[in-house]
Amino acid sequence: MSLEIRDIYKHFGPVRASDGVSITIQEGSLHGILGENGAGKSTLMKILSGFYSADSGEVILNGDVLDLSSPADAIAAGIGMLHQDPLVFLPMTVLDNFALGSPGTVRLDRTEVRKELERVSSELGFEFDPSRLARSLTIGERQQLSITRLMWLGAKVLIFDEPTTGISATQRLQLFDTLRKLAEHGLIVLFVSHKLEEVEDLCDSVTVIRQGKVVYEAEMPVPAETLVEKMFGKVFVVQGREAVPLGQPVLRLANIDLKEDTTHLENLNLEVASGEVVGLAGLEGSGQRALLRACAGLLEPASGSLELDGVSLTKASYRGHLAAGVHYLPAGRLEEGLIEGISITEHLVLASDDSTFFIDWKAARKVAETEIEDYSIKGTPSSSAEDLSGGNQQRLLLSMIPDEVKLLLLEHPTRGLDVESAAYVWTRLLARRAEGTSVIFASADLDELLRYSDRIVVFFAGEVFAVRDASGTDGEELGYLIGGKERV
Amino acid sequence: MEATFNSIIAAAAPLIIASMGETITEKSGVINLSLEGSIRLSAMTAFAVAFWVGHALVGFVAAALVGAAIAAIIAYSSIGLKLNQIAVGFVLTLLAIDLASFLGDSFVGERGPRVPPLPIPFLSDIPFFGKVFFDQDLVVYFSFLTIAATWWFFYRTRPGLNIQGIGERPAAAFARGVNVNKLRFWYTVLGGAMVGIAGAAYSLDVKLGWRETLTLNLGWIALAMVIFGGWHPLRVALGAYMFGALQVLAFQLQDVFPGVSQVLPVAPFPLMILALVFVYSDWFSKLGDRFPRMRNLLGSEAPAGLGQVFERE
Amino acid sequence: MTRSLRLTATAVGFVAALVFGILLLIAIGAPPFEALGLIVEGSVGSLSKLSVTLLAWSPLILAAAGLVVTFAAGLWNIGVEGQVIVGAIAASWVARSIPGPVWAVVPATIVAGAIGGALWALLAGVLKTHGHVHEIFGGLGLDFVAAGFATYLVIGPWKRAGVASTSGTDIFREEAWMPEFEAFGVSWPVLPVLLGVASVIVVWLLLRGTLFGLKLKAVGSNTYSSYLRGIPTNRYLLGAFAIGGALAGVAGTVQVTAFHHKLVPAISGGYGFLAILVVLLAGFSAVAIAPIAFFFVAISVGSTQLDLRLGIDSAFGGVLQGVIVLFVLLAGGWAAKYGSNTLTPRKEP
Repeated sequence: MSLEIRDIYKHFGPVRASDGVSITIQEGSLHGILGENGAGKSTLMKILSGFYSADSGEVILNGDVLDLSSPADAIAAGIGMLHQDPLVFLPMTVLDNFALGSPGTVRLDRTEVRKELERVSSELGFEFDPSRLARSLTIGERQQLSITRLMWLGAKVLIFDEPTTGISATQRLQLFDTLRKLAEHGLIVLFVSHKLEEVEDLCDSVTVIRQGKVVYEAEMPVPAETLVEKMFGKVFVVQGREAVPLGQPVLRLANIDLKEDTTHLENLNLEVASGEVVGLAGLEGSGQRALLRACAGLLEPASGSLELDGVSLTKASYRGHLAAGVHYLPAGRLEEGLIEGISITEHLVLASDDSTFFIDWKAARKVAETEIEDYSIKGTPSSSAEDLSGGNQQRLLLSMIPDEVKLLLLEHPTRGLDVESAAYVWTRLLARRAEGTSVIFASADLDELLRYSDRIVVFFAGEVFAVRDASGTDGEELGYLIGGKERV
Repeated sequence: MEATFNSIIAAAAPLIIASMGETITEKSGVINLSLEGSIRLSAMTAFAVAFWVGHALVGFVAAALVGAAIAAIIAYSSIGLKLNQIAVGFVLTLLAIDLASFLGDSFVGERGPRVPPLPIPFLSDIPFFGKVFFDQDLVVYFSFLTIAATWWFFYRTRPGLNIQGIGERPAAAFARGVNVNKLRFWYTVLGGAMVGIAGAAYSLDVKLGWRETLTLNLGWIALAMVIFGGWHPLRVALGAYMFGALQVLAFQLQDVFPGVSQVLPVAPFPLMILALVFVYSDWFSKLGDRFPRMRNLLGSEAPAGLGQVFERE
Repeated sequence: MTRSLRLTATAVGFVAALVFGILLLIAIGAPPFEALGLIVEGSVGSLSKLSVTLLAWSPLILAAAGLVVTFAAGLWNIGVEGQVIVGAIAASWVARSIPGPVWAVVPATIVAGAIGGALWALLAGVLKTHGHVHEIFGGLGLDFVAAGFATYLVIGPWKRAGVASTSGTDIFREEAWMPEFEAFGVSWPVLPVLLGVASVIVVWLLLRGTLFGLKLKAVGSNTYSSYLRGIPTNRYLLGAFAIGGALAGVAGTVQVTAFHHKLVPAISGGYGFLAILVVLLAGFSAVAIAPIAFFFVAISVGSTQLDLRLGIDSAFGGVLQGVIVLFVLLAGGWAAKYGSNTLTPRKEP
């Protein structure tokens, strides 16, 4: 048995998520698909599992060209996928989650299904209480449930999309054992990840994807530096950074515990000086977002204290944080930042401190024109937020940051932006920092982290894994640290 | 006493049928807001058709078609055209109400066929229960059937499990091979057909004949019952019977307090609001944790995907 | 969707609705063009008919203007019927109990109507923000409660001397009537029309020219982004309810003090729900509601002639209104689905 992916193309608007991908995988192999965030791994896997239809290309299993126009087709052909966020139904029981979507008689014989669940799960070495609600399962248990279900349905190819996000170390070990066992039984296991160590540990062969294209294929083992280089490209030239003298500490986090969804950060201590830029590195969901949200006042720490400029904000509301001089720019520019249906001028009026009850549209339009020119936004004062490109949305968001800000929190400030806009965003942020504003930003872009941070905090599996001075580290080391591994 | 309970069971029948239909529709993730209009137009159609043909059954079929057609417009415009379900449902409510008045004008005051009473032999002889439950007619037995069938369908069948999946988390159901949008369309149509039958039950059984105020507010009440019932068929039915009891009580109190007869029909509405506040309260929502075996029955959460359009990409 | 495509879709919807109406009339054996002609003649065919139409137009645009505010905040204020009714009750209470000259009593009834409507709307608002009851159901429930309360007053405490009848309370003293102005041999509802037009202008200004209106739109479009911007979202939602309710309440005042001159059980005349149709057809724009409301109210007033002259049920007007809105919505959906792919590039994911 072999799986062949041939010339897959898929675009979303102008973005080429899959740009002519071809991969061949043999029976019984544990194959790693490696690539950084946004490289096109997930899109490819969703095509394989029938969730998306490819623009062109073929998937051939065992010599048969498959028609994958829906997940039902993929399942029937024996391709099953575990999504990054295990797609369970929270208010339903384990048993019902197991049975939902399964073929069979109209009448659902739960005794029968329960026996099947027990049979398949014990073969795999899992244990479930069938009457528990899926809501109360950990991410790891939800995965185990999904694996059990797919095996029951007779999957021959199993796709795991970033399966180690949000699960504990023990569960990870157990998952890996399972994956090895599945491969030994002759299944094709596709392991999609951007964690080096995991791919090194687990896989027999690997394909590296960058910008929708296959850039590297090899049998394991392969030296880690080769993989790092292939994943990120050769961008690790750290340019001369302008030294800015740091001021007094502004933000003080002491013994902070944070709990949010699957993240559980414990005993976090961090001081950020005025004018300092701190980069948060790590895979998505490793805890960076929780830290940013806590600093913004959107996530109250379970314990510990948070001070800004000597004033305690531990229990302060979100609006209290705003008033204290904190400004937060989340990753979803149009979902959490800008407002659809509202123009540039209107956004600037909302952002302005000295707007009066009656809006002077003439003046507001002038302000908008000035800001549009200042920030080189491609749009007119009456352009709606949703009509702007990502880069211009980010420029608008930057122009809306109040003048007096002590702490700027940014989540993926340049994600999806063209090179010019990204550089521009940082020109602005560095100008802020020169005025004494502290900046904390989360990014998946190693180059960006190295180039602009003073310090880099690396998160791994929900904890702070390492803290490095940006000048004392390089892309290679960061690549290791993000993958949860110290450089040897 | 027996007679009172008998009439409560009979009076609640159309409400039961309509709210079971809406429960099915909403469980799949679509809101059919048009019930008030659908019921009225189908009640009128049922009467008109039965009057022409001279047979009640044909009226029921016509009413089911009317309810299904209105539901199909809502399903198509929300699933196919991505229009707002609430907006389309509301417009159809008003449109169907006026269409019923307009087309039914000439039938006001006419006498048509009716559903004959049909006591079930032996069962109706059981003391008390026999008289209450089995000395009824086919429509009432059908209302029993819808409760049992909906419950059985949701909790004992594979398609029933899938319908909960598409209402709860369409993307996850789709990933498991369930054709979300096609099923949503047909469950909306099925729910609409049941709503239509409820309308016919009014004009051909519960309150014979056709006039504009015949089914007044029944549709809105059915919609509220679904929420009160937490999308669980048995609790929805319980709510409908409680409402039926209130109505019968109001009718019987008319003789005692003649002045308040016009007001009592609205008494259930503040109760309904209070009931909704109650089922959404912290206290009630914790009940499900305390009695895990009954959590389906005690839950008050709407299907998480209710009213959301499912798009694949 | 481009502007011209939207306009084309609207026109197509209108024409299709008209064709549907004509076919419906033919189906029941009525002369279609005579019937449509009667609607036009019955609503604007003479100065006195125009005056009646204008009197009906006023409460409709008052309620619709209020709905523009609640829709801007993203709310489905189906409780508007109840707010009209409670406004009417509050105004009736003032009209019945407060003595005084016209210039004192009439403004007092207007203020009372506004307060009554606003409080009733706030009740639905608090049920939403604090009781998690969706505004559609809270609002509907309160609609029925208000209707029941009006009926209770009419046949109970406020019944006509001697007889309890659903035909209404005693006629108010003339000092509580909104004054009319004679011109060209017809009395004109100047004050109601002024109130209606003023409400449209105020709402247009509020949403177009003030920070409050802008924040309201922001909350309605994206509550979470607005919260992150530091806008107290619940307070703005309640504010929208209060304004929408107040305008609906004034609509109720017009119904009792300018039209019926007494409280009747069905005091809202269905204008609350009709106003929702108007606002949907107007695409939630304050300016567009004035002409659309006039068109709709002309259909409503004109179709009463059908009953008298052709024996056609006057519900035909409502059918026509509903079909117009339904078809325009559907045509808009079709245009967006099948027209935009070729005219505008697809949005990125």
